[in-house]
Amino acid sequence: MNLFKNLTNGLFKENPIFFQLLGMCPTLAVTTSAINGMGMGLASTAVLVCSNAVISLLRKVVPSKIRIPIFIVVIATFVTIVGMTMEAYMSTLFNALGLFIPLIVVNCLILARAESYASKNGVVGSLFDGIGMGIGFTWALIVLGAVRELFGTGSVFGIDILGASFEPALIMILPPGAFLALGILLAINNVIKSKSA
Amino acid sequence: MEDAGIFVILVSSILVNNFVLSRFLGICPFLGVSRQVETSIGMGMAVTFVMTLAGIITYFVQKLILDPFDIGYLQTIAFILVIAALVQFVEIVLQKMSPTLYEALGVFLPLITTNCAVLGLALLNIQNKFTLVKTITHSIGAAIGFSLAIVLFAGIRERLEVADVPVPFKGFPIALITASLMSIAFLGFTGLV
Repeated sequence: MNLFKNLTNGLFKENPIFFQLLGMCPTLAVTTSAINGMGMGLASTAVLVCSNAVISLLRKVVPSKIRIPIFIVVIATFVTIVGMTMEAYMSTLFNALGLFIPLIVVNCLILARAESYASKNGVVGSLFDGIGMGIGFTWALIVLGAVRELFGTGSVFGIDILGASFEPALIMILPPGAFLALGILLAINNVIKSKSA
Repeated sequence: MEDAGIFVILVSSILVNNFVLSRFLGICPFLGVSRQVETSIGMGMAVTFVMTLAGIITYFVQKLILDPFDIGYLQTIAFILVIAALVQFVEIVLQKMSPTLYEALGVFLPLITTNCAVLGLALLNIQNKFTLVKTITHSIGAAIGFSLAIVLFAGIRERLEVADVPVPFKGFPIALITASLMSIAFLGFTGLV
């Protein structure tokens, strides 16, 4: 029951993007299309799950004064592994995400989970927490990417949806569109929250 | 950008490829520390300081350690360690040398470690194969661009505090939409260089 709660926590109640506003840089930068959002989300999830597990294993031997540098080294190691794997097997996606793959290291979400959960809880719980938060992050990125792709190009996941008569609003896939789309999604989210409360 | 002149690099990193508004680096402090103009100036100064130093040091780390030993795959790990150590070092030095500035910057200093603009800058410098002079120019330009964006943004947000914003848009949503409008304004610089 508790593990299930760990898992669903990240999906909705404490969704990293919509409720905690963590990891904003990759969120805004790579969501020019749904597929890029998904790639970024899954890469971050892989790093998050691995680093959560390792940090949770190390939590008793790490002196609390130097825990942050140690967490960062653990995270950076997994980021390097994930980055090299993606470069080898998914080079188009790797190139599309570019700079933001190494920058997963400084994604506040991953460090925040390491600090606030994995360093205080057991391995299994941390694994589930990582998976939940990671999937929560991923679906939020997919939604944002899909919205931007839909209005920016008229398609989602490369499948034409709005038809040829639709005039693409190029602004949505340019930088301003990222801020605009996320701002409006957060406002919609606020409306839903106030309705359900 | 490899063959670009120094002036071009400076202008493009401040305005055209503004780190915050067009590259999306350093969004966390941009949104988090921009409620007041005063604190945003402090943040801008701290970031400028660290970014310039980090740009120079990571250049030497790449050229003197990573390249000769052919261990480029350790780049991310090496750079983040350099930045974390640098931030700690700057903190200690400032505390001794200039307590006033240290107090003004306060909590912003340690936060810079996880500012992706710093690591992003270091990686971009290497990716673009900049020489030392260009690295320094690009670092300073990027830092000025960051400061410019955050101070302007803080100015607008101070006004927004008293504006009549629709309830669902209060707080972050309206801040993001403001950032979007600023980003549109900065798009106007495209084609300048």
